Amino acid sequence: MVGAVAAVIAGEWNRHLPRWIALAASVTGLLLVILLWANTSPHSLTDGQWLMDYRKAWIPSFGITFHLAVDGLSLLLLGLTFFLGVLAVLCSWDEIRERRGFYYFNLLWILAGVAGVFMAMDMFLFYFFWEVMLIPMYFLIGIWGSENRVYAAYKFFIFTQASGLLMFLAILGLYFIHGQDTGVYTFGYFELIDTVIPFKTAFWLMSGFMIAFAVKLPVFPFHTWLPDAHGEAPTAGSLILAGLLLKTGAYGMLRFVVPMFPEVVTDVAVPAMVLGVAGIIYGAVMAYSQTDLKRLVAFTSVSHMGFVITGIFALNELALQGVVMQLVTHALSTGALFLMAGMIKERLHTRDIEQMGGLWGPMPQMGTIGLVFAMASLGLPGLGNFVAEFLILLGVFQAQPWVTVVAASGLIFSAVYSLRIVGKIFLGPRRTMEAVPDFSLREMLIMAALTVSVVWLGLFPQPVIDTAKPAITELIRFMDVHHMAADHQSYVK
Amino acid sequence: MSNNDFSALMPLMVLAGASVLVMLLIVARLSHRIIQLVSLLLFVIAFICLLNIRGMLPYEVGSLFMMDSFGAFMTGLIIFSGLVVNVFSYIYFQEKEEGPKEYYVLLFLCTLGACVLAVSEHFVSVFLGLEILTIGLYALIAYLRTRNHSIEAGIKYLVLAAFSSAFLLFGMALVYLETGTMSFAGMADVVAAESVPPLLLTGLGLMLVGLGFKLAVVPFHMWTADVYQGAPVPVTAFIATASKGGVVAAMLRFFIAIDGFQSEPLQMVMITIAIASMVAGNLLALRQKNIKRLLAYSSIAHLGYLLVAFIPGSAVVLQAVSFYLLTYFITTFAAFGVITILSDSETDADDLDRYKALFWKHPALASILAVAMFSLAGIPLTAGFTGKFYVLTTGIGQGFWLLAVVLVLSSVVGLYYYLRVVTMLFAGTRDLLPDPPARYPVFLGISMAVLSILTFALIWLGVYPDTAIGVVQGLQLK
Repeated sequence: MVGAVAAVIAGEWNRHLPRWIALAASVTGLLLVILLWANTSPHSLTDGQWLMDYRKAWIPSFGITFHLAVDGLSLLLLGLTFFLGVLAVLCSWDEIRERRGFYYFNLLWILAGVAGVFMAMDMFLFYFFWEVMLIPMYFLIGIWGSENRVYAAYKFFIFTQASGLLMFLAILGLYFIHGQDTGVYTFGYFELIDTVIPFKTAFWLMSGFMIAFAVKLPVFPFHTWLPDAHGEAPTAGSLILAGLLLKTGAYGMLRFVVPMFPEVVTDVAVPAMVLGVAGIIYGAVMAYSQTDLKRLVAFTSVSHMGFVITGIFALNELALQGVVMQLVTHALSTGALFLMAGMIKERLHTRDIEQMGGLWGPMPQMGTIGLVFAMASLGLPGLGNFVAEFLILLGVFQAQPWVTVVAASGLIFSAVYSLRIVGKIFLGPRRTMEAVPDFSLREMLIMAALTVSVVWLGLFPQPVIDTAKPAITELIRFMDVHHMAADHQSYVK
Repeated sequence: MSNNDFSALMPLMVLAGASVLVMLLIVARLSHRIIQLVSLLLFVIAFICLLNIRGMLPYEVGSLFMMDSFGAFMTGLIIFSGLVVNVFSYIYFQEKEEGPKEYYVLLFLCTLGACVLAVSEHFVSVFLGLEILTIGLYALIAYLRTRNHSIEAGIKYLVLAAFSSAFLLFGMALVYLETGTMSFAGMADVVAAESVPPLLLTGLGLMLVGLGFKLAVVPFHMWTADVYQGAPVPVTAFIATASKGGVVAAMLRFFIAIDGFQSEPLQMVMITIAIASMVAGNLLALRQKNIKRLLAYSSIAHLGYLLVAFIPGSAVVLQAVSFYLLTYFITTFAAFGVITILSDSETDADDLDRYKALFWKHPALASILAVAMFSLAGIPLTAGFTGKFYVLTTGIGQGFWLLAVVLVLSSVVGLYYYLRVVTMLFAGTRDLLPDPPARYPVFLGISMAVLSILTFALIWLGVYPDTAIGVVQGLQLK
């Protein structure tokens, strides 16, 4: 089954044909994931963490295997990947008029890389996919972006590549430590996860991983590439950046950093949470002061990802469930906002919100949907983001009450900037007198899909929670085992 | 000289004989086309001879040459470079007014010199090979003698190479003075027996200076950019690959024989050189507007990376260096091949601005150049990544974290200028480039075929390097 998914991905790599093929490929991917989801009854989810497993020797001389596996967490994110993939193809249907073949080639390549990241169970393979998605993203921003695209593309690429290389060093370090301890040189995830690392080394190795993931997520001081990249990228690029690439950072932390370095993670939890909270507040404040719609939405991402990092380092089940939820809902709500920014830009040829206003009149449908997603982004009950943020705050409260207090204030800020979006764009006097058509059928379809999902997640979040549960329980178990071991050691002393 | 000796040296003799044969052909006033095809054939024959002797490795010829699997691998790589350079040369030189025929004689001689370096295990043969190589290169670099840059580059190379040869010779003399032998094996016995005396160390240091010039590592890199820029493009490709490969091979053989890695001061010097090369190479390349100069600085950085694989002195060094050279050769040829094809009779296509929007005009050429750039930058899916991975593994495996970190950080700097080239390829819609000369469809076809094979190899080594790694792991020094 995974072989089939992998084959689809491999097939996607070299397609150099226009949009229909892109659409077909991403829909096939989505269908496969849905099929897989449907096939796994809730029963099977509880007995094993891994839904499927595909392993093939790749570079045996270095102990590198082509090892893909899917658990609940991966499955959710894979579903998200292909769902957003379909939307990305749809939203660039008319936006991209030049060099279509190459454009969709890049788009599919990114999807393949992201999907690979969510499935790779070999550290080398993981790094491989991690890097594979960068080049096409670079092209996407650099060729089809707006005015300042070259600068943004450079910045994006160099930030992520630099941090990725540091992660690669950490991976190599782990590889050798494991090899010297056990005599088995391998990049396999399941082997490396058991490596016993001296605390000091573990700290450095973890920093290597954390920097890569923190840049990608992005955590507060490493976020500067994000507004530029998001702002300049074409609509589909922003959608994929916000919806998928950021998620790979969070996924990496959940999958690798926490289980591999549990002691260190416990030690740095508080500073990390503080950074997260700083990100929440800073992102929100910056978002409020932006006049460029896409940059504004980009800063809300920084703010939302602050919740994610805070949640991850709370290290309890509630918060981690919230994180997973947040990953999914943020992808939907922010993705929708980016799409809307793209649509408005197509109509008004500007991203400056000072030049918008009163758009509700000519475009009531877009106004309504815009309101929905602005509300989602501020965490209104009934919509997915509320569930996510609520769970995170609840979880964090158990760990660090004071952090929660500050983080919760971020919700107020988010209300402020969300309302500003709606107010500036849709309400108020009209600034332009051009005729602005409302949604076309295609756009309606995209937005409807997103709206339905976000409402569904708000009302019935249980399926997502159930799917992610085994992975999270496993993670928590890992932490507990290590804690017990640590406690035991101190007891013996 | 026994029969076996004869066949072991066959590849080298073919190369030597080829230069004479080509000279005779020139006397017979044959056309450029025939000479070029004959030399292509001769390169292939040399290559086949090399494949033939696989069974008899390792084989020692006298006390001068050692044909072992590493030597054969390097010789193969160098002959292959000669072949590729040969292919690219036709179109390039046919466009120029100078008679291109003698060029092939020199090319054979240089290839021969590099090959001799790769298999020599004696100071005499090392020096002999080095001089055959360099003297050929003087002429090759200044081959387009009516162009200002060429003459400048030729003179510069002449002066500096002669200078560095003197250093090398003096170093060798000192080593000889201390050890009383010129063969690597003999030296190894002496060095192992006693602690390293200062005079020997001085000798080694002087040799390092000499070799450093040939390898163009910092601080002996001053000539690189000018020579790269001034030399004809195929020759630049040759300097970047074969000539450095031969020197690296000789150096590796020497260091492993005398176990030079154990010597603390020598190691410190090498580490300093490696770090300086990586950092300076990448920093200097940042602001280059000329792609040949850019590649010159990038080659300095790459030699620095190579030293990272070289310094640890563990068992994997041989594999790592060989593999890295393999990837680097292929990548460099892909890049220079594109430049060669795009050059016209007046100027080389070395101004970066001329590459604007190349992708939309010649997608194939631009893709090849882009892949080559990504490979130089060490991005996954390309050979460069696997090579860098190998180097990092070697370095970290022996605990050289400093080198590894510097490598990573400096390659981040490197990313910027490689990306600049790639961005150029896709930027804008203007097209300033001339069409590739359509007058020589056959040779253009051959060149494109070679380029495609190189690109395929680049990606294949990046995606599925296991076969190549297997080959490299089988390499041995005797």
